[in-house]
Amino acid sequence: MGAGKGECVMATDGAGPIKPHTIIALVEDRPGVLNRIVSKWRQRSFNIESLAVGHSEVEGLSRMTFVVDANANAEQVVRQVDKLVDVVDIRDVSHEDIVAREMAIIKVKATKETRSQIIDVAEVFKADVLDVAPDSMILEATGEETKIDSLVELLRDFEIIELVRTGKVAMLRGPETSHQVPEDEQFERAPGVHTW
Amino acid sequence: MEDKEQEFTGAQMVMEAFIREGVDTIFGYPGGANLPLYDVLEEGGVGIQPVPPGIVPKLYPIKHYLVKHEQAAAHAADAYSRVTGKAGVCYGTSGPGATNLVTGIANAFMDSIPLVCVTGQVISPLIGRDGFQEADIVGITIPITKHNELVMDVNRIPAAMQEAFYIATTGRPGPVLVDIPRDVLQQRGKFYWADKVQLRGYRPNGTHPDAGEMAKAVELIEKAERPVIIAGHGVIIGNAYEELLRFAEKTNIPVITTLLGISGFPGTHPLYLGMPGMHGMYWNNRAINEADLLIGIGMRFDDRVTGRLKDFAPKAKVIHMEIDPAEMGKNVRPAAALLGDVKVTLRELNKILPPAKEHREWRQWIDDMRANHPSITIRETDEVLPQYVIDTIYRATKGDCYVVTGVGQHQMWAAQHFWYDKPNSFITSGGLGTMGFEVPAAMGAQAAAPNDTVWSICGDGGFQMTLQELATIAEYDWPIKFAIINNNNLGMVRQWQELFYKNNIVSTPLKNPDFVKLAEAFGVMGLRAEKKEEVEAVVLKAMAHKGPVLIDFQVKYGENVYPMVPPGASLDETIDMPKWAPEKVSA
Repeated sequence: MGAGKGECVMATDGAGPIKPHTIIALVEDRPGVLNRIVSKWRQRSFNIESLAVGHSEVEGLSRMTFVVDANANAEQVVRQVDKLVDVVDIRDVSHEDIVAREMAIIKVKATKETRSQIIDVAEVFKADVLDVAPDSMILEATGEETKIDSLVELLRDFEIIELVRTGKVAMLRGPETSHQVPEDEQFERAPGVHTW
Repeated sequence: MEDKEQEFTGAQMVMEAFIREGVDTIFGYPGGANLPLYDVLEEGGVGIQPVPPGIVPKLYPIKHYLVKHEQAAAHAADAYSRVTGKAGVCYGTSGPGATNLVTGIANAFMDSIPLVCVTGQVISPLIGRDGFQEADIVGITIPITKHNELVMDVNRIPAAMQEAFYIATTGRPGPVLVDIPRDVLQQRGKFYWADKVQLRGYRPNGTHPDAGEMAKAVELIEKAERPVIIAGHGVIIGNAYEELLRFAEKTNIPVITTLLGISGFPGTHPLYLGMPGMHGMYWNNRAINEADLLIGIGMRFDDRVTGRLKDFAPKAKVIHMEIDPAEMGKNVRPAAALLGDVKVTLRELNKILPPAKEHREWRQWIDDMRANHPSITIRETDEVLPQYVIDTIYRATKGDCYVVTGVGQHQMWAAQHFWYDKPNSFITSGGLGTMGFEVPAAMGAQAAAPNDTVWSICGDGGFQMTLQELATIAEYDWPIKFAIINNNNLGMVRQWQELFYKNNIVSTPLKNPDFVKLAEAFGVMGLRAEKKEEVEAVVLKAMAHKGPVLIDFQVKYGENVYPMVPPGASLDETIDMPKWAPEKVSA
């Protein structure tokens, strides 16, 4: 679309393939915040693949990491979410230099015969053993999504009874914080004054 | 406890907040869950006895208008806000009262109108237990409000109300809903009013646009050979009428206004070109696609303006002045993005503009286009054309009135055949396109401007969606002039059936009531015009009458709105008004 030749360049319009986007948000720790954010993705039928929420370094604010399957319209949704009163800051870090981890707890069938093999696998993946029962074991693994995927694949040979994953948490590399909490600043406003 | 008397009930806190925010008018409807809010009103039709023990009774002199359906309360508050520039306030009770507000809230949301809707909720122990008249109105209105809140603590009410007004009226305005359970309205607490509202996650856009982008804009204006301004609702909301006028005159650039931008620029100004888009002027749509510079001011390149987006303004660079960052680059990528209050942006820009160019060739090109395409010429005929009715009202009022419309053909004709010189005098449902808006919105406009004339241009379909409000109009004796453009059809839908559905006319002919008798049943003067020569006489008669009047204009069946961009087509494919065969004309 010949940019720079004086033509009016159109923004993306429903364009592009569906790809996973990693999005991090700093939000007020209040009822309904998640509902408001999720509502924006739901409106466009974008599926949330994973979601992790917890307290941030600032009192009263939570930090969320979303992985959303979306097309190029994700940018527009992010900006609309940013407008929500309860959302302090949000950014799509899919193309930024980040560290990202998730944790999984896996309950797997383990007999006398297979137990040591499972422990071998766990050691390779630096997974901890959380629980051992006569017929089962629980492993805990932390790492990048692909690492967890590989571990899960290997453990399928022993029959997985139950699997739970936290979903991805992500953070920018380097000294900067991912989200700036704004300094208080005030805007001109006179209550109840006719503006027209 | 000595300081008992300084405590307020939740309902009184709401009133105290209104007083501080300058609210003097509420549109609403009472019910079980919001009765405490009525119990503190000086007027409102509910008893104020007995006096609660231990507290000096405090009644608040806020005017409450009792509507007949909550949707009307929201639309009336919407129009009240459009006329005054203040936040509109409406009440509904829990459950159906609150859900009836939904259409009105969605309408305000789409058109960026500041509303504060206060709903009663079932008592807090009943919430989530399917209590009688319970609806999760906060959940329901999340996607159609700028913000909303369920207040579960009486001491939170002042801050919740203060934030509601702050959020509703700042930045890009919008509706805010505050839902308060009845028991919380009745509890007592300390009233605390902060000096300023502080919200970490809400910082309405700074008022000053980026200096680098301003310099880019100036350069683009300097280089442009074929520039046009497209001004939108932001000019009206942002009170930038004077600034836009100065900007257009200083640059000598012609001005197009979007549907909601109409009356943001003087309608009879030589630089004014009318509306663009689906039913815009032929010359505007062609000019946009020939332009080398579009200056979008407080508008959002809506699909009804752009036609097929991919072929919109193929030769133009864009300067976009807009307060909402999420609108920047949403539909069109600007070459200069002037993010901020359009009033401030224009004021600052006006200081650094290059000397105006004549744009003689360009303006001649537009003038030729204008001369050679009828677009909105009203043809000579003996029949009552709907366009003629609108034109007659324009000539009779000389444009000195508020015009409120519903949605459909009559709305487009009211946009095309009326030249709005009075600032902010065109009130219409643009984004949501809410049929039935015309009746309650006229109430809101009249309540806001009691000394002005309000004409409500109605469709015969839309009017019947909210006609119960004639009772409200009669009660408060609002002297609104209703002009029903009655073609006994859902005209716009019929037009689409004719043009795009092989003339398969289904469910669009209407079996209408006798509107004159209907008006009289409500105590409103009813008039009818069936012949062309009667049109002007009834308009003048309506204007001479002191009270409300309803006129049933029996107009020609099957008239279409032209020009028209077919749905999904580009602006270049605009169908201008067809060349009509000569019709019967009396000498």
